Amino acid sequence: MTNSTVEDYIPLVLQAIVALGFVVGTLIITHILGPKLRSKKKNSTWECGIEMEGDARFPVSIRYFMTAILFVLFDVEVIFFYPYAVNFKALQLDGLWAVLMFVSFFLIGFLYVYKKGALEWEK
Amino acid sequence: MGKIEMNEKVEIVNGVEVINGEGFQLSSLDKVIASARANSVWPLPFATSCCGIEYMATMASNYDLARFGMERMSFSPRQADLLIVAGTISKKLGPILKQVYEQMAEPRWVLSVGACANTGGIFDTYSVLQGIDRIIPVDVYVPGCPPRPEQIIDGVMNIHKLVNHESLRRRNSPEYKELMKSYNIEVNG
Repeated sequence: MTNSTVEDYIPLVLQAIVALGFVVGTLIITHILGPKLRSKKKNSTWECGIEMEGDARFPVSIRYFMTAILFVLFDVEVIFFYPYAVNFKALQLDGLWAVLMFVSFFLIGFLYVYKKGALEWEK
Repeated sequence: MGKIEMNEKVEIVNGVEVINGEGFQLSSLDKVIASARANSVWPLPFATSCCGIEYMATMASNYDLARFGMERMSFSPRQADLLIVAGTISKKLGPILKQVYEQMAEPRWVLSVGACANTGGIFDTYSVLQGIDRIIPVDVYVPGCPPRPEQIIDGVMNIHKLVNHESLRRRNSPEYKELMKSYNIEVNG
């Protein structure tokens, strides 16, 4: 194994400088050389040729989100029943207790959601 | 099949003229940039009907437009250099086409492909724009209904010629601004 000194790494540093310099230089040069013409239409948002309308950041009703996310939650719950149904006999009473506990957790959650009125569409 | 003879129309590309010296190479910036532009024209396809199918064939492996540096199709006008209008443009689509053209960055070129884009074609009716040059300036027209891919390639080669001979200052010239003004397109230097 040969000893290397700091000076040996100078070519690497030079290469890094050249690589970075090329990227930055090209970006600057294209901005200087390229024609720049602006107009109101050109600067506006690209909407496939159709005039822009409104703002992208506006409040939307939370109702759809609530219904959708709760659906996903209870949908996943149903998925857990499939392996349980397959192993129903093998798991015996222990399995039943475990599932009843699982379902009751969800049921409490559901009652909370229902009481809060998250599922009422027209309010 | 007879023998295909090469005629004098075949042009051999020599690239940019350079002066070679010992350890240096000189050329004109205009020509280098024009050559770089001409060999990497990014097309924005505005394909609306049967000419669009011919355009797709042109882009596909048999005709392979990618060998002219046009591999990357741009579906945003921001990165596109060449607007390829292939197909019938109805009057209702006119403003959309114009908006797409206006949102392209300079330098930009337009290739009008097929009879419909050129003149309205067989659709001489109230609803069809009788040629896209009524709303945007067109650089090269490709005739045909629809044109074969060879014709589209010929059109592209003519665009390349225009790109190769365009001065760097053209887009900032009063003539260009006057041209844009005549199409009611706003430009601020």
